Amino acid sequence: MSELQHQSWSRLNDLEYAPAPESASIARLRDSYGLFIDGKFSDPGSHSQFVTLNPATEKPLATVAAGSSADVSRAVISARRAYDQVWSNMPGKERAKYLFRIARLIQERARELAVVETLDNGKPIRESRDVDIPLAAAHFFYYAGWADKLDHAGFGPNPQPLGVAGQIIPWNFPLLMAAWKLAPALAAGNTCVLKPAETTPLSALILAEILQQADLPPGVVNIVTGDGATGAALVSHPGIDKIAFTGSTEVGRRIQRELAPSGTHLTLELGGKGANIVFEDAPIDQAIEGIIDGIFFNQGHVCCAGSRLLVQESVASDVQRRLIRRVEQLRVGDPMDKNTDVGAINSAEQLSRINELVDAGVAEGATRYSNSCDVPDAGYWFNPTVFTEVSQTHRIAREEIFGPVLSVLTFRTPEEAVAKANNTQYGLACGVWSEKGSRTLWVAERLRAGVIWSNTYNKFDPTSPFGGVRESGFGREGGRHGLEAYLNV
Amino acid sequence: MANVVTLPLCSQSSPSSTGADIVFGAPHQPSRIGSETELRVALGGLSGVDTVGANARVASLGTRSLKQGTKRALLDLAITMIDLTTLEGNDTPGKVRSLCAKALRPDPSDPTVPSVAAVCVYPDLVSLARTTLGDSSVAVASVATAFPSGRASMNVKLADVREAVAAGANEIDMVIDRGAFLSGRWGLVFDEIVAVKEACGSAHLKVILETGELVTLDNVRRASWLAMLAGADFIKTSTGKVPVAATPPVVLVMLEAVRDFAEDTGVLIGVKAAGGIRTAKDALKYLVIVNETAGSAWLTPDLYRFGASSLLNDLLMQRAKQKSGAYVRPDRFSGD
Amino acid sequence: MSNERLDVRKTYKLLINGAFPRSESGRSYEVTSSAGAFLGNVSWASRKDVREAVIAARAALSKWSGATAYNRGQVLYRIAEMMESRRDEFAAYVAASESLNDRESQSVVNETIDRIVWYAGWTDKVAQVLGGTNPVAGPFFNFSIPTPTGVIGVLAPQDSSLLGFVSSVLPALAVGNTVVAVSSERRPIPAVLLGEITATADVPAGVLNILSGVASELGPVLATHEDVDGLDLTGAGDLAGTLAADAATSIKRVFRPTALDLDWSASPGTRRLRAFVETSTVWHTVGQ
Repeated sequence: MSELQHQSWSRLNDLEYAPAPESASIARLRDSYGLFIDGKFSDPGSHSQFVTLNPATEKPLATVAAGSSADVSRAVISARRAYDQVWSNMPGKERAKYLFRIARLIQERARELAVVETLDNGKPIRESRDVDIPLAAAHFFYYAGWADKLDHAGFGPNPQPLGVAGQIIPWNFPLLMAAWKLAPALAAGNTCVLKPAETTPLSALILAEILQQADLPPGVVNIVTGDGATGAALVSHPGIDKIAFTGSTEVGRRIQRELAPSGTHLTLELGGKGANIVFEDAPIDQAIEGIIDGIFFNQGHVCCAGSRLLVQESVASDVQRRLIRRVEQLRVGDPMDKNTDVGAINSAEQLSRINELVDAGVAEGATRYSNSCDVPDAGYWFNPTVFTEVSQTHRIAREEIFGPVLSVLTFRTPEEAVAKANNTQYGLACGVWSEKGSRTLWVAERLRAGVIWSNTYNKFDPTSPFGGVRESGFGREGGRHGLEAYLNV
Repeated sequence: MANVVTLPLCSQSSPSSTGADIVFGAPHQPSRIGSETELRVALGGLSGVDTVGANARVASLGTRSLKQGTKRALLDLAITMIDLTTLEGNDTPGKVRSLCAKALRPDPSDPTVPSVAAVCVYPDLVSLARTTLGDSSVAVASVATAFPSGRASMNVKLADVREAVAAGANEIDMVIDRGAFLSGRWGLVFDEIVAVKEACGSAHLKVILETGELVTLDNVRRASWLAMLAGADFIKTSTGKVPVAATPPVVLVMLEAVRDFAEDTGVLIGVKAAGGIRTAKDALKYLVIVNETAGSAWLTPDLYRFGASSLLNDLLMQRAKQKSGAYVRPDRFSGD
Repeated sequence: MSNERLDVRKTYKLLINGAFPRSESGRSYEVTSSAGAFLGNVSWASRKDVREAVIAARAALSKWSGATAYNRGQVLYRIAEMMESRRDEFAAYVAASESLNDRESQSVVNETIDRIVWYAGWTDKVAQVLGGTNPVAGPFFNFSIPTPTGVIGVLAPQDSSLLGFVSSVLPALAVGNTVVAVSSERRPIPAVLLGEITATADVPAGVLNILSGVASELGPVLATHEDVDGLDLTGAGDLAGTLAADAATSIKRVFRPTALDLDWSASPGTRRLRAFVETSTVWHTVGQ
């Protein structure tokens, strides 16, 4: 165990970085939000409401409407009308221009959106500023260009949209997931009812304002906030032609089952337990950074997180030593501080789930190391944690933790690495670190995963299809492939 | 070591040992590498460097923002880390005298501004520089070994070094034979460094890798280790005479090398980023990279230097701005 | 009936892992032509036969999906060659099973052979058509390739005993899946004959397993089997909704045909090729 202790030539991070907080006032939030149906915000007072918190302070940010099944119905009817009367008849090149407009407006309001996202979600402002918001804009740009080129997308001539799409998105990348859902659906000619996550509704509501600014025809996109019941009402609504869901495998399974009799089109982007495989010839310093990015990016609230590190035994102790040194450097704290590496856990509920699994890891005999950064008293925090001495049977090696917790396992041969990586119900993403191209490709061919990052991790791009195999779901988002989920082909 | 120049230590945080003996701030001896094969095994066993990842890492470190107080301290630290350099064909005694004056008192109007670490000149100007600097703490560094190309016979290179040392140079900045390195004659490069090291006597040896000609980060890592194994006290990026000089990813890789070398051997080797660093902003970014890669033990002129000339004035300007809150005009400080 | 000699009647058996066992249950059932004439006794596959077939298909998957696309094409093309040489036998059974006249049944066999050739030719094109490189905004080489979903359960159409069977099974095989197929309940013999020729057409054991039996009995076993990755419900009839719900337990990919998919004479397009592939996307850094 002693070799795992943090040993370094100096205490890293002696330099004091300034708290460089982004200003919360940039968010310009309203006190309360209604639902965005048929191009208008409804009167918040006409709904039952819930409060969305800043998970870094536990202070309320705004009051948001809880959409009832009647609200969902109104939204679906509006979307149907817009589909029949406007959107499905509009030439693709006109649809394209609306999407380009939306992309531009997201760029113009990028700083505000980044602040809102960080306040509502708890993710570091560096990530919302450099990843979430620019990628959301990029998604609209990318799919905008497809709207008038669907004949050339490889699905035969004149492919038709599905109709009204119900889209349910998670809390880990709120605006980005909205963009991943809306952009391809609209480009393909569908209209949408979007249900943001209960704990992170705000950026979608700013997006609603943007849709108004863009003069998007009423009903083309409707945004109905609420909790699981609102989502369930959307799934069971008979006027829906397509459901796209991103979230847990457990809920995905229920949705698939529920939609089976009607045969409603469905795509699912579910959980994962990604393996990050480090071979002995890996570029070691970049591998360490990639392991860090793989599991601590967005507090580990990432379905494709590299939550299992599979490291070749010949370099395991070296990698663990370097990794733990690096984990100790991570700065955990105020998400609004530009120097923060790891922000707040999104909710008390998620924090307790992480605690439960970490306790299980300790109880099952794995060795725990946690970063020692001081965290604020208020808010939901979990210091980045690495478990070594983990075996395949431990819960922390099998269950998705969805938090900043890494399980380290070892392997001896490439075959063993592949076997261990694939020994899961999931199949979303994996990482491979090696300087040997032939082996990387050999491994990539055998990994059961929808995305494989080689000598990098957690990279996303609107042109690159993303999605899982097995119980990580089906269908792809991004790229030409992402259109298939919204076309009747 | 009799002639070792002691430089002011800005950071007293000293490394804690993992068991190996620490050699701190003293010249270290070449490792016993018996054959070309041994060297090849040693360097061949180093991990590769993925360029994309290295670039991403320095880009991410570049976004750190520093506390005001830290920034002020780092600006002063950066001044003390400068090897104030003139390496031109048209250098004159007058130019060197003025450089030495600037090195001792970078801002005559403000006595709180520290001296720089060293002046760096060609060998024929060492004696003048040493005389001008007197017994001050400012060291004289001299480029030698047929700087900048390194294309001369071994005898000539060694004579170059011996003359500079005899003239009073405290530090020798040698260039490696990049041709030999790139053509795989690593043993030759190793032997040259060992020989130069011996010729240095007690003078500190900085080994210039000329990373702009090595091109790949894999080469930078190998050359760093080769130089450290051969006895370098410092590894230095560049001569400043080729188009690509110090870059953040190159310095990152060199800092990783000295960090790992220290963990393996207990010996702390310095890093000098030279060429192309002109702004205080860049200098502070490098210091953040130093801090987060090798650690704060390297935040001392004993172990980290900037080879630069115009950087000094920008540091002075930013320092003055930090003090007064207002931007100052460049002409407030002397040209060299 | 002639009294010259007694004919030797054939027992139509299952195809599991390259062998032709009877059902482990010992059951068989009588198959007649649509006009009621006795055609043969056919093995009546059980739950345990499904289990064995899935094990065989899983075991065969890495070799079949790992074979070169060229090689898969050669193997599938060989099936067409074999069928061509036994076309009259196929035509006779198709005619008897589906009440077709000679010309019609010959035509079905022709289309079937051509359909096999069509899919044989797809094996080494599907990656180029469904995959490609993605121009990501960064220093990465990024490509997407279609990879097989895995073990696919196919409930073959009840009506089109040969062309429909082939049209359902071949696309899954062409992209590298292995298949456990349940043949048409009342018209199983053409599919059983096809199984016989695959054994001599170099189709590796376990790649295609054919179970004759009752879709409503075997379908739920396939739908709930966790190690079945995809389910084609073409022949599921009224059970399709229930089976699709069962399939949700392990998040299976489910293919539910539209009316267009059931026009066996129409050009098949790529829908069935796309039904059981996963898009796998690889990112690699680009640098010196």
